[in-house]
Amino acid sequence: MGRTLAEKVWDAHVVRQGAAGEPDLLYIDLHLIHEVTSPQAFDGLREAGRPVRRPDLTIATEDHNIPTVDIDKPIADLVSRTQVDTLRRNAAEFGVRIHSLGDLDQGIVHVVGPQTGLTQPGMTVVCGDSHTSTHGAFGALAFGIGTSEVEHVLATQTLPLAPFKTMAITVDGELPEGTTSKDIILAVIAKIGTGGGQGYVLEYRGEAIRALSMESRLTVCNMSIEAGARAGMIAPDEKTFAYIQDKPHAPKGAEWDAAVEWWSTLKTDDDAVFDAEVVISAADLEPFVTWGTNPGQGVPLSASVPDPEQMADAGERAAAERSLEYMGLAAGTPMREIAVDTVFIGSCTNGRIEDLRIAADVLKGRRVADGVRLMVVPGSVRVRLQAVEEGLDQVFLDAGGEWRGAGCSMCLGMNPDQLTVGERAASTSNRNFEGRQGKGGRTHLVSVPVAAATAVRGTLSSPADLAPAAQPALV
Amino acid sequence: MALEPFTTHTGVGVPLRRSNVDTDQIIPAVYLKRVTKTGFEDGLFAAWRNDESFVLNQEPFRAGSVLVAGPDFGTGSSREHAVWALKDYGFRVVLSSRFADIFRGNSGKQGLLAGQMAQDDVELLWKLLENEPGAQVTVDLEARTATCGTSVFSFQVDDYTRWRLMEGLDDIGLTLRHEDAIDAFEAERPSWKPKTLPVLS
Ligand code: SF4
Repeated sequence: MGRTLAEKVWDAHVVRQGAAGEPDLLYIDLHLIHEVTSPQAFDGLREAGRPVRRPDLTIATEDHNIPTVDIDKPIADLVSRTQVDTLRRNAAEFGVRIHSLGDLDQGIVHVVGPQTGLTQPGMTVVCGDSHTSTHGAFGALAFGIGTSEVEHVLATQTLPLAPFKTMAITVDGELPEGTTSKDIILAVIAKIGTGGGQGYVLEYRGEAIRALSMESRLTVCNMSIEAGARAGMIAPDEKTFAYIQDKPHAPKGAEWDAAVEWWSTLKTDDDAVFDAEVVISAADLEPFVTWGTNPGQGVPLSASVPDPEQMADAGERAAAERSLEYMGLAAGTPMREIAVDTVFIGSCTNGRIEDLRIAADVLKGRRVADGVRLMVVPGSVRVRLQAVEEGLDQVFLDAGGEWRGAGCSMCLGMNPDQLTVGERAASTSNRNFEGRQGKGGRTHLVSVPVAAATAVRGTLSSPADLAPAAQPALV
Repeated sequence: MALEPFTTHTGVGVPLRRSNVDTDQIIPAVYLKRVTKTGFEDGLFAAWRNDESFVLNQEPFRAGSVLVAGPDFGTGSSREHAVWALKDYGFRVVLSSRFADIFRGNSGKQGLLAGQMAQDDVELLWKLLENEPGAQVTVDLEARTATCGTSVFSFQVDDYTRWRLMEGLDDIGLTLRHEDAIDAFEAERPSWKPKTLPVLS
């Protein structure tokens, strides 16, 4: 019987098959590290007198806890500063490459991997961060791990792993104008639920997925974890190869040919069988927004806040009631009428250059609504520099937005960029949990065009809702 | 091999007459911000230790190393810090009539023995330890018994965990027993697989 993409990558990394009941031992090609989940792992190594087995397959960057303005000043929060300092010390002591604040390659760990060309098809990629699934867009088997597993990978470059199941998510047809890959994944999560992917590696396939750019594919795989999945993958194709080719760590010459030859075999065989299959029609999709406090609580932008009373499942009803209370929303309110205080464009979900181009396209010649704060945060320093080169920063500033340094920023309430109690945000990030963007903050997950349009109108909107932009005067 | 092999252990038994001791009670969240893997002893049962009558605040128990707790020990969040805190304080063994699965798993990996015994035996042991504060308990992992004075209790621990504890193997130690296989795998890896060093840009 044929093998699925995920199984092929797994098979290619088995160091040792586990005896009955024992997990297989898998080799890890790339280990990404950041300041929050690594300190104890290094401490464990030190305690046991163990070295990092493969510093040359390991890379560290500072992202979660760092500020995105005044980066030349010491980090104000003591715990954050200690974590960042500790990472720097550990990297120096164990010989691990690190991209610190101020470095050209600093940025969100899941933006840095792809942009350096270190993420490639058919690899196993791990990081002490659940959104490691992002890298699956290259056809890599990529997943988040806990701190003791971080230590395990540092010491052995392997991980004992329990087998997974496979789920095909086929997105047929063509995406309508104004919808993006973010809408695909929000719709997938709303369909299968936040636990629907539990125990599975998802493979996104179908015409609409093939049509996506590499960066849009990263957005889809990024949020696999929000469906509860272990990982999400997309088979590599010509677009994938083209994206990698000019990157610093791409194979060169004959090695490139050898790599592409293998990468081209990384697709699910026709006769392979998935453990589960879900089909979605892209043509039916609209811009999707969340109303609740988990990413599965989403509806099309044209819909209204759902009524818990109408929910058949008692657990779902109770959860919806609690979400609405936290979000300060009444059932039946049209989503388009929900006014926001802040718009956040950034994160490992939507903080890449294509995202910023889309945002700038919407914001060009327009102004952010009165009383609304727009924060644009590039996912990495290189994304930031590219945006500046293209003049996108000026578009954001002219529109009245803030243009900040690279990092996780308002994606999570661990650094100075936070929502305050009751503050409502439209956010291109991936989690709308209670307090995720700051204590008491209220998050609506949205796509980049919806975020930008919302900044202009002040209520959840899509670009189609906007009046024509001011045209530059003719000369 | 990063852990001390466990064969037998003798130390002061501490009766903890509580059930449903969750990991938040074992170590509150405020202690989780640290960057080290050791030094969590001050966070152990932090809320309870403010109370002078708490068992660990009483003299002979202070030096305890065998904790005897009520059912459902270690429930709640999966934080590994709970095991670290118990170990850092000096505990080598926890006996209870029921453990949360994740806590039991974490214990085995970190070299803390979580032995499950009948609740009736836990009650008996509590009485013995309370009647004679500072009484020693000898835990024999090979025989799976805990002895206090003349009373011998048996406890359960699965064969695999017992073997690991007796060998002193943590997860990493276990994997490194297959270092040959890792070496062999590495020798076959294609040369074009990316390396982070040297830095290219
Ligand atoms: S941007 Fe957000 S989701 Fe991504 S790594 Fe940072 S904190 Fe995690």
